Amino acid sequence: MSQTVLEALGSQQQKVGIVDCDIHPNFRSPADLAPFMATRWQQHWREYGSHLRQGLSSTLAHPRMTPGVARADSWPPNGGPPGSDLEFMRTQHLDAYGIEHGMLMCLRPGGCDERNLDFGAALCRATNDWQVEAWVRKEPRLSAGITMPQEDAAAAVAEIERCAPDSAFRVINMPPRMLEPAGRRKYWPIYEAAVAAGLPIGIHISGVPGHPSTGAGWPSFYFQEHHANAQSMQAVVTSLIMEGVLEAFPTLRFVLIECGFAWAPSLGWRLDKLWHRMRNEVPQVKRPPSEYIRERFWYTTQPIEETEDPGHLREIIDWIGWDRLLFSTDYPHWDFDDPNYTFRIQLTEAERRGVFRDNARKVFGL
Amino acid sequence: MPQPTPKIPTLGAIDCDVHVSVPSVGALMPYLDDYWADQFRMRGIDRLDFSLTAYPPNAPLSGRPDWRPKQGAPGTDREMLSRHLDRFGLRAAIAQCLHGSMALHTEDMAAAFCRAINDWMRAEWLDKEPRLFGAITVPMQSPELAAEEIERCAADQRFVQVLLPAATDMPLGRRWYWPIYKAAERHGLPIGIHAGGLFRHAPTATGWPSFIIEDYAAQSQLFDSQLLSLITEGVFTKFPDLKVVLLESGITWLPPFMWRTNKIWRGLRPDVPWVTQAPPDIVRERVRLTLQPFDAPEDPVKVRATLDHIGGDGMLLFSTDFPHWHFDGDDALPFGLPPEILPGLLSGNALATYPRLAAALQETVA
Repeated sequence: MSQTVLEALGSQQQKVGIVDCDIHPNFRSPADLAPFMATRWQQHWREYGSHLRQGLSSTLAHPRMTPGVARADSWPPNGGPPGSDLEFMRTQHLDAYGIEHGMLMCLRPGGCDERNLDFGAALCRATNDWQVEAWVRKEPRLSAGITMPQEDAAAAVAEIERCAPDSAFRVINMPPRMLEPAGRRKYWPIYEAAVAAGLPIGIHISGVPGHPSTGAGWPSFYFQEHHANAQSMQAVVTSLIMEGVLEAFPTLRFVLIECGFAWAPSLGWRLDKLWHRMRNEVPQVKRPPSEYIRERFWYTTQPIEETEDPGHLREIIDWIGWDRLLFSTDYPHWDFDDPNYTFRIQLTEAERRGVFRDNARKVFGL
Repeated sequence: MPQPTPKIPTLGAIDCDVHVSVPSVGALMPYLDDYWADQFRMRGIDRLDFSLTAYPPNAPLSGRPDWRPKQGAPGTDREMLSRHLDRFGLRAAIAQCLHGSMALHTEDMAAAFCRAINDWMRAEWLDKEPRLFGAITVPMQSPELAAEEIERCAADQRFVQVLLPAATDMPLGRRWYWPIYKAAERHGLPIGIHAGGLFRHAPTATGWPSFIIEDYAAQSQLFDSQLLSLITEGVFTKFPDLKVVLLESGITWLPPFMWRTNKIWRGLRPDVPWVTQAPPDIVRERVRLTLQPFDAPEDPVKVRATLDHIGGDGMLLFSTDFPHWHFDGDDALPFGLPPEILPGLLSGNALATYPRLAAALQETVA
């Protein structure tokens, strides 16, 4: 029963241009980033490698189901990993689907997770400069996100201030899984810098903080690890609200990337009930939590929620707000959403324009 | 004794989640063997406060104002519980005892505590209030000792389920815990997983939140992770007669859980080849949830939609969560529940879930 009706609606060819809010660029080898790093850090990387809060230095502890977490057809002719060849990305993705604009979400080499803060900062700087030189300057359809070493707020702010004046950057990237929940005060200088720069914070699933990836402990399977992304993002939203971040920074906006969205109404209802009961514990929260959720958060669509009854998806999006969803493909990853088959419900023209293009233009200032 | 009036909407209902609390470790002393009684006295353990971090006794959520005894912590007054059963016209109730000894690291002492708590529950509650049934408290620290305790208690048919916490060392599906499920299944005891727990590690994947309200909000995410762990590890396949009841988990997180796990299962089946049924189908067949805290808004349209999203008519079990504070006055039934689900919700679903309870109530009727 639950397995039926996958593609009942067939293809819905996109007539409007598409903004893809989650594209992953990759580097072929550390040599690609070397020109943007001091010799000292190139040497450090070569000799000591990545130093993370997990047992494996460069492999995730839950091996993925496909090489490179990628679509089988996304390995480019340059011999590098998926996402490492701009020309191939143009042909296979941007041109093929009529992507008018793409937001790069650079997950590697993950300077934000390094235990050595100075090395992490050096990796972030190099990642940012490389994104601009290797991608955005060569392809005007692409924009970048600022990666920063969030556990060292001063260094993170310096990196934001260094990069933000360049219009190549349209968002500041943070992992949801950090050493502390996102609302804790150690991160507030970052939010202050984001407000000053006029950029939203984009939180893309990732992070190696040493905490188990579920509150129940370490899962056994990639299945669970993948599923848990939705839970860690709920903890982020809860923390940002309850710590008073959204009150303290009333213009700050958050884009939640690749974590689903169907949970948002439920989380808002639950937090509202608890707030009515225990608001004296969190006097910094001035309004029902669901109001902050409605006003300050956006969600990318991939992996699109597949309700058993397609009509239920419309109900969920009606509750969240059609102005909150930003289309994304997650190219070149395995669970890519094809824009022609993403929705199993018929969208109105206004909904389609908003979700596939205009909402993103507005939130990222494209 | 005040007689229930026929107009009480919960007349004849089965309350699947009420709490009884051990007033002090001293109250358990008569139920300890000589060795442990001596240890407790010598080490001053009989005078330690075993309050759980998850439920500070004076916090609003831990005790509704009119359900707090004049003396002692919420849940320690038997006559108050009896008056509660009278007032709501309840036919039966299942008592859980959440005790701080679950957070101990030593398995032997934890097992001694559990034996004492179960014997104390029999003598102080079940013997004195015939409408009351109990959950077996087990030492999670050692699944072997937990299984022994289930075997020891199961002879008493008034124990109708096994109680496990939602926040554990490891996710509950892990094979380490399977001796517990084997014993529970053998004796027709559902596994009741209750909010709260050990805090062995951060309750969110993004670290330790600042506030109690966040810990409590995170409980739904913990249940989500535990349920997926039970599914992916194959617990429902290995133990075909085992049922799982989620106690105080909230309700509205379930549809997003089912949609997301259904989709991931389609994509990642080779990761868990023994899971041969779609997760939503497993959940609807084998998992039940208690009603309170009911976390949908007071909007009949949203309530109805949420119940449609959950699907499966028999999923919800009536509960008041006495003495926890989720509703006021006599409003145990949330606003907007469709009347046609009430017969199942109030007692039919519980009778189908708890074979021992059904047998006992059958005898009462006959």
